[in-house]
Amino acid sequence: MPEASTFLGAAHVCLRNVGKTYASPRGPVPAVAGIDLDLGAGEFVSIVGPSGCGKSTLLKLVAGLEGLSAGEIMVDGRRIDGPPDGLGVVFQRDVLLDWRTILQNVLLSVELAGKPTDAYRERALGLLARFGLGSFEHRYPWELSGGMRQRASICRALLSDPQLLLMDEPFGALDAMTRDDLNLELARIWQETRKTLLFITHSIAEAVFLSDRVAMMGRAPGSIMEIVAIDLPRPRSLAVRESAAFSHYVAHIRHHFAELGIVKE
Amino acid sequence: MLKRLLAPSEARDVILVLAVSLLLWEAGVRIFQPPPLILPAPSAIVGAFLQTPGLFMRQLGFTLGMTCLGFALAVVLGVLLAVAIVSSKLLERTIYTLLVALNSIPKVALAPLFVIWMGTGTEPKVAIALMLAIFPIVIDTVLGLRSVDPDMLHLARVSRASPLAVLAKIKFPCALPSLFAGMKVGISFALVGAIVGEFVAGSKGLGFQILVAQGQFDTLGVFVCLVLLGIFGTLLFFVLDYAERLCLPWHVSQRGRHSAGD
Repeated sequence: MPEASTFLGAAHVCLRNVGKTYASPRGPVPAVAGIDLDLGAGEFVSIVGPSGCGKSTLLKLVAGLEGLSAGEIMVDGRRIDGPPDGLGVVFQRDVLLDWRTILQNVLLSVELAGKPTDAYRERALGLLARFGLGSFEHRYPWELSGGMRQRASICRALLSDPQLLLMDEPFGALDAMTRDDLNLELARIWQETRKTLLFITHSIAEAVFLSDRVAMMGRAPGSIMEIVAIDLPRPRSLAVRESAAFSHYVAHIRHHFAELGIVKE
Repeated sequence: MLKRLLAPSEARDVILVLAVSLLLWEAGVRIFQPPPLILPAPSAIVGAFLQTPGLFMRQLGFTLGMTCLGFALAVVLGVLLAVAIVSSKLLERTIYTLLVALNSIPKVALAPLFVIWMGTGTEPKVAIALMLAIFPIVIDTVLGLRSVDPDMLHLARVSRASPLAVLAKIKFPCALPSLFAGMKVGISFALVGAIVGEFVAGSKGLGFQILVAQGQFDTLGVFVCLVLLGIFGTLLFFVLDYAERLCLPWHVSQRGRHSAGD
């Protein structure tokens, strides 16, 4: 039984010329095309882009939830065909089941996999405690705030100690203060566990704060325009956001989107 | 009984509304004095019931038995059908389309056919009750089974959940509120089915008793049956409502009741 802080391993993910085209009554619609991206083992990579640029599609492709139209995705050297092993996913909505307590929700993915939940109980309680939900394990999701619910859904994703974590705008629906809190907690947990993490967001500041590298995505069809390495010391505190280097990165990325006509300067 | 089924404030409202309506009815009859053949007073109806309570309760028992049997079968078959429909595109295109088409014909008109097929015993009554009750149950349950958040299903796929585990742990609980909505409509339909079955053929039940009373121009007798049907139809509905509250304390429609109810 692994402790929450132990480190089973992190996956190396490699996307080669990945494309996805949807059929529509008006003909094929390319959602993403020509995506090349490498995620080193234990690397935190964010994808920033405007809504509708195909960020979420890209995440579903890496999760193996949708088939590729072109290219290939390799996880630890194996071409994926369906969800890869050791995968944890967090969606924008927390998708907790209302009829289960927080603890039962965290244990859900293990239970669905047909594994005995008793073995994971201690670990689940440990994760909840670390995310400040220690006294809420027997509460129901609808008794909790949005931030607490999303914390629980992160615990659920972390429960089986995944090698690869995918997060699709997990804090997009939260207020600014809760978002800051969760950014810090995510940075801390990533620092401790060093999962390979692909993080989708439309907040440039959030991406810069959290990531090792930020990939900028443009629209129609979505493709990666530029990748910026974020060379800020870790562990990062919220104060890093007031540093000149941080502002420089944010300005650089914003400027890039402005040139594409996606944001106004 | 009502007190146990309803939150205290709701029970008070229901009793108040019923009492006021009955008083207005009684007063109206006494003031305007319509011919008793047209509209008897509530007090006269109670009086007629008390003359032969055993007879009415026996007939009521038979009708309720047919109703509950037909309803129970409708729930079991309806849920199985709904699960089959959402599990297969082929079944969705065949059974579901057929069901929706059948639903649009007046099913009461099929009652005589059931008598030809099954005779005049209990079978056609149960069958008609079942046939009427099953439609809302299937249609609502299918809707509920389909209303699962797609991201929840994505999560299940990432966890490599078996289709059975997804059904048992995610889809079915998610469909329960819709199933209850379908059952609440279905129980009233089942009662209609039982009465129609007794109208068409048979020698038992409140439906038969209404026909007997009609043959004798016994308006009071008809009204006793109608009042009994009204009371017990309402009770059946509230029993389901109570069961829903026990089963779904987590559902949005129930949450307010914990605090606001008392």
